[in-house]
Amino acid sequence: MKISVNVNGCTRESDVEARTLLVNYLRDELGLTGTKIGCDTSQCGACTVHMDGKALKSCTSLAVQADGCDVTTIEGLAQNGDLHPMQQSFWDNHGLQCGFCTPGMIMATTALLADNPNPDEDEIRHGLEGNLCRCTGYHNIVKAVAAAAQAGGD
Amino acid sequence: MALVGKAVKRKEDPRLITGEARYLEDINLPGMTHIAILRSPHAHANIVSINTEAAAAVPGVVGVYTGQDFMDVNPLPCPWPAGGVENNLNTPRALEVEKVTHVGAGVAVVVAEDRATAQDAVELIDVEWEVLPAVTDAEEATFEGAPQLHENAPNNVCMEWDCGDQAGADSALASSDVVVKQRLRNQRLIPTPMETRGCIAQHEPVNGEYTIWMTSQAPHVHRLLFTAFIFGVPENKVRVISPQIGGGFGAKIFMYPEYVLTTALSKKVGRPVKWVETRSENYIATTHGRDHVTDVEVGANRDGTITALKVKTYANLGGILSTVAPGIPTTLYGRMLSGAYQFPNIYCHVTGVYTNTGMVDAYRGAGRPEATYVVERAVDLVASELGMDPVEVRRKNFVPNDAFPYEPNDNLLNGLSYDSGDYDKALDMALEMTGYEDFRAEQAAARAEGRYLGIGFSTYIEICGIAPSAWMFGEGWGAALWESANVRMHITGDVVVTTGSQSHGQGHETSVAQLVADELGVSMDQVHVQHSDTLGTPFGYGTYGSRSTAVGGVAVWRSLQRIKEKARAIAAHEFEADIEDVEYIVNEEGVGKVQVKGSPDQSKVVGEFMGIATSAAGGWSLPGDMEPFLDETSYYDPPDCTYPFGTHICIVEVDAETGNVDIKRYIAVDDVGKVINPMIVDGQVHGGIAQGVAQALWEGAQYDENGQLVSGSLMDYAIPRADLLPSFELGRTETPTPNNPLGVKGAGETGTIAATPAVVNAVVDALSHLDVRHIDMPLTPSRVWETIKSHSNGGNS
Repeated sequence: MKISVNVNGCTRESDVEARTLLVNYLRDELGLTGTKIGCDTSQCGACTVHMDGKALKSCTSLAVQADGCDVTTIEGLAQNGDLHPMQQSFWDNHGLQCGFCTPGMIMATTALLADNPNPDEDEIRHGLEGNLCRCTGYHNIVKAVAAAAQAGGD
Repeated sequence: MALVGKAVKRKEDPRLITGEARYLEDINLPGMTHIAILRSPHAHANIVSINTEAAAAVPGVVGVYTGQDFMDVNPLPCPWPAGGVENNLNTPRALEVEKVTHVGAGVAVVVAEDRATAQDAVELIDVEWEVLPAVTDAEEATFEGAPQLHENAPNNVCMEWDCGDQAGADSALASSDVVVKQRLRNQRLIPTPMETRGCIAQHEPVNGEYTIWMTSQAPHVHRLLFTAFIFGVPENKVRVISPQIGGGFGAKIFMYPEYVLTTALSKKVGRPVKWVETRSENYIATTHGRDHVTDVEVGANRDGTITALKVKTYANLGGILSTVAPGIPTTLYGRMLSGAYQFPNIYCHVTGVYTNTGMVDAYRGAGRPEATYVVERAVDLVASELGMDPVEVRRKNFVPNDAFPYEPNDNLLNGLSYDSGDYDKALDMALEMTGYEDFRAEQAAARAEGRYLGIGFSTYIEICGIAPSAWMFGEGWGAALWESANVRMHITGDVVVTTGSQSHGQGHETSVAQLVADELGVSMDQVHVQHSDTLGTPFGYGTYGSRSTAVGGVAVWRSLQRIKEKARAIAAHEFEADIEDVEYIVNEEGVGKVQVKGSPDQSKVVGEFMGIATSAAGGWSLPGDMEPFLDETSYYDPPDCTYPFGTHICIVEVDAETGNVDIKRYIAVDDVGKVINPMIVDGQVHGGIAQGVAQALWEGAQYDENGQLVSGSLMDYAIPRADLLPSFELGRTETPTPNNPLGVKGAGETGTIAATPAVVNAVVDALSHLDVRHIDMPLTPSRVWETIKSHSNGGNS
């Protein structure tokens, strides 16, 4: 099926099998491998991207559902070589270790702050429910999100 | 400007936060094929026949193979049988041929042009099975009449091993004021790194060389196993590359059937072959951890002095052995059962058992969390029996500061000794951070309101920097455990460090660079740490057992000393001075120079273009017969392990109505020796605590009576989410080890080792007024609620 998707600011025209998941389209068709696959039950959130500004697990969506939509992946977050404040905050606060959940975490938490610019710790932790990390115990991820929120409010 | 000891931001992060890092699944080669593996749906069955015709006929299928096609490939090795005893070893083949002993064992494989076709076709393979009765519990598997898994292992026993002094422990127990007996279950855990496993293999027929990209914590060991044990080819015919790795926690140390299969197939089909594990496969085909049933007897005198600890453990090894499975519940478990204490009498007996379950091997901590759980629960049981404060019992039995180096009694450590420690200091700091003095009053007041608050302690030690090659050889380990490092300073002054150890989230590229920058006087940007490719890195045994800094870091340090020595010799030659008069200094700006003592005019920067680095690389004017280039390789095999320690304290509130456990606070004081990067060490502790807490409260592999893993997905296996955990409160004491020149002990596993008993002790403490002495993990709401109900008139009066 023919689809046209605006990915990270570029319009991409593709012919995909109807069963192709959005995550496989991004990774295999477009070569945007920053988006990760960590499970097969939509639990881990490693595949989180933005579709029309909302966080979405790209393993729960078919590529054809993205037809005509704007999709942002981790590769599209930094602008002109400048890290997005959330990327910077994950770096500054040691919010990652192995890095595998990180693209999904960053995409999920940027959307979280878009909805709620000043979350408290509880709200951040609940906001991370859909994203699993096995390395950090979430401590520094929570810290990174709080710091990014604070920086954004200044 | 010293960088060691500072929270330097990680050099590896930019590629990770932008999505540029290449993990295994992100790598694709021209002409690559993909595979799907047919796995046994039965826990115990004979393979009667396999029909692959329908699968082979699917368009896009390159080939379909069964175990018969790989009989020229050796079974996987088990290079760590339990030391000093007979082991009945059974290890997997690339694909099983006659029978399977666990759900998930591979029996056939489809190679196809793409992954979806391979997955579609594998479902068309028809296997005729003769299903056999299954057993999943390690103790039950030894009972008469239990299903027998392997001909060479009567009663399913792989090995029986012991340490300590049985007669001494029995006699001390007989004469103790009190003896407490308890059965403890240390349930099976599933490591669950966020990246599953995978392998890409390419074979070049012209020269017979294999290049293997794989999710490996120990690429050199994988190459060694491929070459010397499995394929019987020289080491120069195999190159193993471990790309960016998404966590391991032990599960990526081992050789697995799929790696052998993928590699063998690359030669068979003459094209690159890629296998990436699905999460569902990860649950049944990647190793699990723990799974002990232990009967503990602990004796004590009325004053709280512990007189003896006697431990009998059934260790579940799974249906077939993973790479170092028998070594984990023996050496790394039994030898640590003295904990932080001077137990006068200790005895441990372990029976390693085959059951119809997934393979069990090292999972973060590996044997040492199981030992710590036994010891820290036993100490609390004594405190409870005697009506004493658990803190007091701990202090009473601690190894005192003047006893180091301390050799545990009954030759428990088989000749090694605890290096250094100040156990009271860490405990004091943790108590201070907690405000323990006020806690008991708060607990009493809460109880009066029907709220169950509890506090739990874990004053743990661990054995880290797993090494002494000779010692480990005596423990049955069939290799060595030194590490190596090469340091090269290039003509521009940039420094390239290659290590045999491997980083999969631990931040070696940063912490090693800090060490190098400080020693040589170069900037962090000038240091490039490379690892994980057997072509271009010196041999090393890999990353596990919290050994990369304590063993591998010292190899780097040794190379740095040699570089400095050579730089001095070159400078002496240039300045026409005696080498004894030339010193290597790092100035306040962090710039390394060689200069003639007391003569700052005669000085030269080392790490810059036209500095000593250039003199050495150019080789135009070197002293005597000195070889050019600053390029030094070192090996390090330490004299003993290292022994971090600390105190973890957990405060919980148990909901009397629902049995839910809420962690109110978690305080951890860890002493990992000298710290290179406190930010990275804290991160290791955070992650370890989360995994340890998760064992206590939520995680646990569940098998049904047929050996089906019912907790086989992230929907069913409860790894913690952010909203289940608190932020952690960390403190640190720093007691360097005398066993290495850096004073570092290792920090990768402390959290996992310490946390589990701290949480369980806290929950038991919260329910102590109901006369609850023990609850088996995981302390799920239903299990806690049932305990409350059975110990009280409703428990929520």
